[in-house]
Amino acid sequence: MSEGTARRRSGTVLFRAGAVLVGFAAIAAVIGPAIVPFDPASQELSLRLAGPSRTHLFGLDELGRDILTRVLAGARISFLVGLTVVSVSATLGTLLGALAGYFGGLTDDVISRVVDVLLAFPGLLLAIALVAVLGPSLGNVLFALTTIGWVGYARLVRGQVLRAREFEYVQAARALGAGSGRVLWRHVIPTAMPAVVVQATLGMAAAIIGEAALSFLGLGVQPPTPSWGTMLNGGRAHILDAPHLTLFPGLAIALLVLGFNFLGDGLRDFTDPKA
Amino acid sequence: MNGRPSYSSGLCTTTREMLRFLLRRLILTIPVLVGVATLVFSLIHLIPGDPVQAMLGESASPQDVAELRERLGLNRPLYVQYGSFIKGVATGDLGTSLRTNQKVSSAIGERLPATFELALAAMFVATLIAIPLGIVAAVRAGTPIDHAATTVALLGISMPTFWLGPLLAIIFSVSLGWFPVSGRGTLAHLVLPAITLGAPLAAVLARMTRASLLEELRELYVLAARARGVSHVRAVLKHAFRNSLVPIVTVLGLQFGAVLTGAVITETIFAWPGVGRLLIQSISTRDYPAVQGCILLIAVTYVSMNLLVDLAYGFLDPRIRYE
Repeated sequence: MSEGTARRRSGTVLFRAGAVLVGFAAIAAVIGPAIVPFDPASQELSLRLAGPSRTHLFGLDELGRDILTRVLAGARISFLVGLTVVSVSATLGTLLGALAGYFGGLTDDVISRVVDVLLAFPGLLLAIALVAVLGPSLGNVLFALTTIGWVGYARLVRGQVLRAREFEYVQAARALGAGSGRVLWRHVIPTAMPAVVVQATLGMAAAIIGEAALSFLGLGVQPPTPSWGTMLNGGRAHILDAPHLTLFPGLAIALLVLGFNFLGDGLRDFTDPKA
Repeated sequence: MNGRPSYSSGLCTTTREMLRFLLRRLILTIPVLVGVATLVFSLIHLIPGDPVQAMLGESASPQDVAELRERLGLNRPLYVQYGSFIKGVATGDLGTSLRTNQKVSSAIGERLPATFELALAAMFVATLIAIPLGIVAAVRAGTPIDHAATTVALLGISMPTFWLGPLLAIIFSVSLGWFPVSGRGTLAHLVLPAITLGAPLAAVLARMTRASLLEELRELYVLAARARGVSHVRAVLKHAFRNSLVPIVTVLGLQFGAVLTGAVITETIFAWPGVGRLLIQSISTRDYPAVQGCILLIAVTYVSMNLLVDLAYGFLDPRIRYE
């Protein structure tokens, strides 16, 4: 079996595994809250911290709320954050990266310097700083994660566009009188799309982890809204007497993020022969 | 002698070229550092409403608000505030903590050794796990062993530190009682936080080791070594692995930023008295000068680390210097 075939086969396996995990989580997020018999906010204080049982498969939390119901409701928040952050970041980053790469000069200088400064902050640090000053809320989490999210797309697309603008068909389109907007939209940006799709898939994983991390630190989604990170934060105080509070939301995050990483890796094996 | 290139002149050219490279990289870093400082300065002005009122709370008296505004210099024009902030940063004066009245730079200085201790231990743990995993995956590429190693690495990347930490605490502290669940002091205190922080780095490093070693294993010199009768293990470890080290070390350096961010979460989980924990405590008490100081320190450390990696790469690979 040739190396290329092996890679494609491995890509297919990863992609399928990822699709199963993400698909299962998406279905659970959409229909899950409707089929469970509990409300994510309803409390049974007499049963607080009770472990898994037939009635409550994942047990109950510190306020006697059903953990399975809250994990399913939390999946909605994770998908909402992932989809919003990735769609806005990818659009903004692609647009700015394409402008920087295509026009060069001052446009490139300004956009690239902003990207450089934002990339000088490691990972989530800038998001933590932004939410710290703006205040903890879902809206601010989305804003903070988008602020750190778009730069990766901008840098990626700029590189792709720098290469693509020298392609003969792009120069031919320009010679035929096509305007900059048309050349960018019809001929240049599409060449960057495969890389953007891979980045967006991995970006879903990063956004979900980012939201959960901020919520875990008490800077994200606020109680009683059921976010996986908030649930983990609530479970910290009961790690000795009720570890199930920590176990299930964490497992949900790990599996969904693993699913998106599998999908992203699988897609990369398909689209990038050098990866 | 005429016409022969002299060794000393070659050395001079290399030194000059290296110095030029060093200077260029240093100059390119200055605008980034100014940008970072500007962004950190503007944080306090992003607070919705009156930042002083936000720090003191709604019940603060107008006199307290006026005093704090004066103390923080927020009653001065913006450009004066900016100038004084940049001057402070350049001289290491990051202001005074609102919570403890301690100099922010001293508070950070006290906690910095703990953070570096944790970061270095995490990098050690990561290297210890990742290098053998990456080598095995590369040598057995395409086999179930490789797939298992790759999946383990992806699992490591996907497992959030804020879940792995509590999980390790449940198993090794609560159930087995092997390690303390929080605090700093002995080597036993360091084990769980270092594994928690090192696991995602190990995953990234294992993938990099696999990719880098695979590339080297395809080179002709490895085949030549085998043809000369060198054993497979020796060809892999002594020849191919040594050459694959440059990108691995680079990734290790570049991941330092991720380790610093991870430290914020890990220190919170294990009550580790480092800069990350100070940052989260300062956020919860709205001690914004301390927040600004911690953010600035972590970002500057990250930029400096990237610069060092860049320079090291320039030393190791002469092609980079000509770019």
